[in-house]
Amino acid sequence: MTKKYKLTLLQKRAVVGLLFISPWLLGFLTFYVKSIFMAVKWSFNSIELLDTGGVKFTYVGLDNYIYMLTEHGSFTQTLVNSVFDIGIDIPLIIFFSLLMAILLNQKFKGRTLVRAIFFIPVILNADAIMETINTARQLMVDGVSTVAVDTASSAVNINVDYYFAMFENIGMPPSILDYVVSAVGRINDIITRSGVQIVVFIAALQAVPASMYEVSKIEGATAYETFWKVTFPMVTPLIITNIVYTVVDSFINSDVVNAAYEMAFTNQKWGYSSAMSLISSVIVCAILVIVCGLISRKTFYYN
Amino acid sequence: MQLVEKAKNIVINVKQDKQFANDRSKAFNMAKQFLLLLFRWVIIIGMCYIILSPLIGIISSSFFSDTDVYDKSVYIIPKDPTLDRYRLSWLRLDYLTVLLKSLWYDLSLLILQVVITSMVGYGFARFQFPFKKVLFGCVVVMIVIPTHTIMVPLYMVFRNFDPLGIVTAINGEPISLLGSTWPMYIMTLLGCGLRSGLYIYIFNQFFRGLPKEIEEAALVDGAGPWFTYFRIMLVNAIPSVITVSIFSLVWQYNDLFFANLFVINTKESISKSITTLSGTIGNLDRIVDPTILQLYTYAGVVLVILPVIIIYVALQKYFMEGVERSGIVG
Repeated sequence: MTKKYKLTLLQKRAVVGLLFISPWLLGFLTFYVKSIFMAVKWSFNSIELLDTGGVKFTYVGLDNYIYMLTEHGSFTQTLVNSVFDIGIDIPLIIFFSLLMAILLNQKFKGRTLVRAIFFIPVILNADAIMETINTARQLMVDGVSTVAVDTASSAVNINVDYYFAMFENIGMPPSILDYVVSAVGRINDIITRSGVQIVVFIAALQAVPASMYEVSKIEGATAYETFWKVTFPMVTPLIITNIVYTVVDSFINSDVVNAAYEMAFTNQKWGYSSAMSLISSVIVCAILVIVCGLISRKTFYYN
Repeated sequence: MQLVEKAKNIVINVKQDKQFANDRSKAFNMAKQFLLLLFRWVIIIGMCYIILSPLIGIISSSFFSDTDVYDKSVYIIPKDPTLDRYRLSWLRLDYLTVLLKSLWYDLSLLILQVVITSMVGYGFARFQFPFKKVLFGCVVVMIVIPTHTIMVPLYMVFRNFDPLGIVTAINGEPISLLGSTWPMYIMTLLGCGLRSGLYIYIFNQFFRGLPKEIEEAALVDGAGPWFTYFRIMLVNAIPSVITVSIFSLVWQYNDLFFANLFVINTKESISKSITTLSGTIGNLDRIVDPTILQLYTYAGVVLVILPVIIIYVALQKYFMEGVERSGIVG
């Protein structure tokens, strides 16, 4: 006779819980864990595709990484550019989406419509559509015929350099000036990429208990003080969420990914491609850890 | 200088004037509020214009005829509107067939996504099991790691598809699933589909916020955990279900990354076929002028985004409520 094992209620619950998550666990192990191991292994190998359909591995050590970082023509440049872009974009997107969330959280006529419009870029974030939309944006600035006939001669010529010189003469540091200029140039980009962040911030703002505002009103705080002492601390935990989302999202669409993709599927250099992907992923994770580490020190947790 | 003195006196007089003080403060307040209102609307309208302007541009120029394109006096409103762009794009996209196919693909994936990710989210939210924190950390890792890190290994997995050697045992050699939609179904079924990590996170946060008493009542009434989950918890999670559904549908519909990675046929995914549209029209209909070709692409883009916009507008209200009430905030 076999001995019958009896599980306690807790153990039973644990088994059921494991059953609930089992599909994901299986997928995570087969797709993520295995894939990451494979990617690491491949990045240390030179891979040849054989005519028979098989693959031949030759161990080359760190050669792939050394090649990518020192010899490859454009990789380091693309990587640095992407990282800089992200660095510039994070504060802009966070600031902008917080501002818009505060605006859209107030009650006014047509609020639903405006909110719907702000979420449209998220709906239309397909690459192909995005590209078309970007050319179309140019077309709205100049008119179709201008783009068609001659893009170079725009009707109004503002001498930007003149204004640069003016601001520099006032004594503004050029680095700040550059930042502002690039921020203005990116405004399209910023707006179209902050849809999700705006929604997250709106949700956060609505979660702030109304009694807090009441108290600050009774205590005689001005709107400015209320914002910095009540609203802002209550939303700070969500800033990290939004930064993570922004960084991951902008890296997925960055040139580094495209370069890795091309290296893998156009040039069939899978070893190099794996090395590229791993380098960029490590950098993304490093950025996330640094930024989140810095911010979480200042974050205020309500509970 | 006398003028300045005079102005100063007037200001002081007005300030000291008690008679109209009440009216004045009212007027000041109104002016203040009006300025705030103006400021808000200027910003909002400006932003909305930036978002909507390319859409307006695309829609209007998709009606342009050949002469309108080169006419400098035409802006937004075409002089000689034509539907020819739509006719040809419709034909070359094979619109209805491809749209239905890709909607079927996206909807079936959506149902899988919702069932699987909510199940996993529920498992994480309500049950205690060993290594729970570590495993949930893995979910976060899944959100954070860019998919491109594992794209080549994924490609290889499905190129030589052979789980546990079963396929080799039956078929003699591993089969390639590339070119079909199977890889996406398999990945979604195993909770690793397009942004599944995010959905698991959303569901987890939502289920954690629901009161435990509901389940206790179900338990007392004799419902098992699976029955409780399907008939009680999932029904209560409607806001999250709607949020995840819209995200999943829209992102899957727009997805090009996986479609390219798994070489999914252009006839199965409409957002992939839009990328080849201008080439197809250029070749088959011998249109060489890139500017005119662009107009056909615009018409194609309008056709492609139309269903998404319709779905979004129809569900917009529920979606916003859902996002606010579901667990995105955590």
